[in-house]
Amino acid sequence: MLESQLVMREDDFTRIQTVIERLTRDANAKGIYIVDKAGQLIAEAGEMQGIDSTSLASLTAGCIAATGGLAKIVGEEEFPIHFHQGQRDNLHITLVGERMILVVVFDERSSLGLVRLRVKKAGAELARIFEDVKKKSEADAAASGSPFAEITDDDIDNLFSD
Amino acid sequence: MSFINYSSREINCKIVYYGPGLCGKTTNLQHIYNKTNPDVKGKMISLATETERTLFFDFLPLALGEIRGFKTRFHLYTVPGQVFYDASRKLILKGVDGVVFVADSQIERMEANVESLDNLKVNLLEQGYELEKIPYVVQYNKRDLPNAAPLEEMKRLLNATNVPEFEACATTGKGVFETLKAVAKGVLSDLKKMGS
Repeated sequence: MLESQLVMREDDFTRIQTVIERLTRDANAKGIYIVDKAGQLIAEAGEMQGIDSTSLASLTAGCIAATGGLAKIVGEEEFPIHFHQGQRDNLHITLVGERMILVVVFDERSSLGLVRLRVKKAGAELARIFEDVKKKSEADAAASGSPFAEITDDDIDNLFSD
Repeated sequence: MSFINYSSREINCKIVYYGPGLCGKTTNLQHIYNKTNPDVKGKMISLATETERTLFFDFLPLALGEIRGFKTRFHLYTVPGQVFYDASRKLILKGVDGVVFVADSQIERMEANVESLDNLKVNLLEQGYELEKIPYVVQYNKRDLPNAAPLEEMKRLLNATNVPEFEACATTGKGVFETLKAVAKGVLSDLKKMGS
């Protein structure tokens, strides 16, 4: 298998959701997204429901990957904090743990200082949760707890039947 | 790295289309985008130059349907094919679950194909993957062109391990979905193996 698969259980998902919903309030954010470095959207919160969050996730991962490449060129391990300032909305992007990215979208109702402050605490909390998730994923893989062991070739063929 | 979410009951997988410059990777994605129902696809993103050469990547999210109550979502990416974009290509391979190698059948592009395939192997290794161990298919694109190389010759050069292979003409769509299905099947079969 490749890099360890990420399996998110319902209880962990709820824990993450609780943290990012609280962060939305504490930081006066418009929207919060958790994205993994491969470009998958993991969780989202805030008032921006309905925006193209799948694309947001993929582009965020691309952006983090590109600046990570830049960091290595100038001799840094990575750039853990990114800030994009717009006319109305701003993006604050931070790395969380080894493979997650926390994106905060905010406007004039908040400020960079407040977002930074709140992200610092929430980021540490999220990093702990993702560490748990990782451990559980690895334990599951070792104990062959994946439900997909029972997928049959027919199940797979059925996806492509039309 | 596939992502399985029990809360939303989704499986997310990442497939990368690799190959030399102008071999038709973006055209593959465009054909898939044009021929799928709006309810199963997301927006296609192309980070391209003004001359429509891929600068960073193209991205197309696709939902294929349900498997054992889980929605299967595939994220299709292309890499920039031009040799000097190697740094970008490496980044896009991060977390890949399956690879399509799109080869340009034109005889004068054979060297570029071989070079790109070698580059794929090297870049995968850098990420800790081996091409032989991940779901992988080969597409011989542009079979309609008069200067297409003999298939046997292409197989010999580009498919030594005998993985699933498809003849295609991405501009008309021939072979495009067959290729996608084969790699998607490979990824799902891998998921099955992991759990067993």
